[in-house]
Amino acid sequence: MTKITFIQPDGESQTVEAENGLTVMEAAKLNDIAGIEAECGGACACATCHVYVDEAWRDKTGKAADMEEDMLDFAFDVREGSRLCCQIKITDALDGLVVRVPAKQF
Amino acid sequence: MIETTPAALEVSDISEASETSGPIETDAVVIGAGPCGLFAVFELGLLDIKAHVIDILDRPGGQCAELYPEKPIYDVPALPVVTGQELTDRLMEQIKPFGPQFHFSERIDGLVREADGRFRLTTDAGTEFLAKVVVVAAGGGSFTPKRPPLNGIEEYEGKSVFYSVRKIESMRGHDIVIVGGGDSALDWTLNLAPVAKSLTLIHRRDEFRAAPHSVEKMRKLVEEATVRLMIGQVTGLEGANGQLTAVDVKTASGTERIACSAMLPFFGLTMKLGPVANWGLNLHENLVPVDTERFETSEHGIFAIGDINTYPGKLKLILSGFHEGALMAQAAHKIVYPDKKLLFQYTTSSSSLQKKLGVK
Ligand SMILES: Cc1cc2nc3c(=O)[nH]c(=O)nc-3n(C[C@H](O)[C@H](O)[C@H](O)COP(=O)(O)OP(=O)(O)OC[C@H]3O[C@@H](n4cnc5c(N)ncnc54)[C@H](O)[C@@H]3O)c2cc1C
Ligand code: FES
Repeated sequence: MTKITFIQPDGESQTVEAENGLTVMEAAKLNDIAGIEAECGGACACATCHVYVDEAWRDKTGKAADMEEDMLDFAFDVREGSRLCCQIKITDALDGLVVRVPAKQF
Repeated sequence: MIETTPAALEVSDISEASETSGPIETDAVVIGAGPCGLFAVFELGLLDIKAHVIDILDRPGGQCAELYPEKPIYDVPALPVVTGQELTDRLMEQIKPFGPQFHFSERIDGLVREADGRFRLTTDAGTEFLAKVVVVAAGGGSFTPKRPPLNGIEEYEGKSVFYSVRKIESMRGHDIVIVGGGDSALDWTLNLAPVAKSLTLIHRRDEFRAAPHSVEKMRKLVEEATVRLMIGQVTGLEGANGQLTAVDVKTASGTERIACSAMLPFFGLTMKLGPVANWGLNLHENLVPVDTERFETSEHGIFAIGDINTYPGKLKLILSGFHEGALMAQAAHKIVYPDKKLLFQYTTSSSSLQKKLGVK
């Protein structure tokens, strides 16, 4: 099991355990993390699973692929570290991952 | 999310309804041209029920065409893999023998029962229908432009913030800000540049999803200084009484205030329940409860199929919506042809069904 921490805009943080192979979005939905809407169910087609990856983890999660970058155009307040978390697969390498939930998902 | 590209539509050989003065009288009105609405035309057609289909989008396919035209679907029976657009195209082909009349870019707003038991439906463009049965295949609701979550934006909408422009002339002389990087943003940049007093295109990155030739044209206008391109994101609105005077734009070098009198944000479309809520149907968490024998709503003669309905065990899958359409059509037949007995038939062997399909 891999640990992932979600930090809400108000600073509240929740750490969940997730199975490798799932996406960070799925881990969020399974654990009822507020602010991750994921309307399209992980098809990279809605941009409502937007998160900010903590700086320390950006190398490990890697960068958004082209399709994801295009979809990020539909997200609000995109910053460095912005990712659609349905496109981040959970692996051992991400144990301890910290992501921030944006104030609004659109 | 893909933005609407009118060029993607090719339904020219299927009859587009023409403007008429009185209401259009028909057996059935299907609200929504998503996969379930389209297949309903087929099932109704087999039972001699003629349909008009209305969708707010400018082309058929609903979610499949708007949200994931290029993505593969693996669970449509007998099609091991099919993209959203392919599925739409195939459904359009399959229902062609029944000559459905499409009314695109129109939203059904009003739905009331007339004294004679039929339903009167009205669109936002003023088209009226009189139908014996109504099939609500509205999916997740009408596709509506996404509203950027900027404080107070509601106040400006329709006055100085627009999600679409009906008349280019209405924008003449304005200081226009267009936000986005897809086809809609670029098309409107190109269309409005000649009439605008000034035009600023704002996009979060210096890369554009829009068609390359539009991007090229836009770059040329930027070179000529007809259009200003800003890489950044709008973070705030300034103005009063619905009249925008400026927007704040966060760029790599800080926040800049851009004076403007109109803003057009293009962040794609999202589904909102919309008018379905106003038709007097029972609703449960924005879904329409139906029975699983007829898929009829709380109103006799109004059916609901596909993603918009709910019942114990409901799965929001295309294949479920297809099944629902078949059963719905049987029930609709009783209303459209109260005196006709319905004979159960297979398309494989029934010569009358094959005649309708144009294969005999
Ligand atoms: C990314 C993604 C992937 C998916 N993958 C699969 C899959 O693999 N397998 C599967 O079975 N399903 C899948 N689905 C779900 C599937 O797309 C839906 O179940 C299906 O589209 C529902 O069809 P529908 O006809 O009920 O509604 P929709 O496709 O939602 O179409 C409804 C239409 O009605 C229109 N409408 C609504 N109200 C009005 C009104 N008042 N006036 C005019 N028009 C109106 C809307 O504009 C819309 O075009 C997926 C969905 C998404 C988003
Ligand atoms: S869930 Fe829709 S883009 Fe991630």
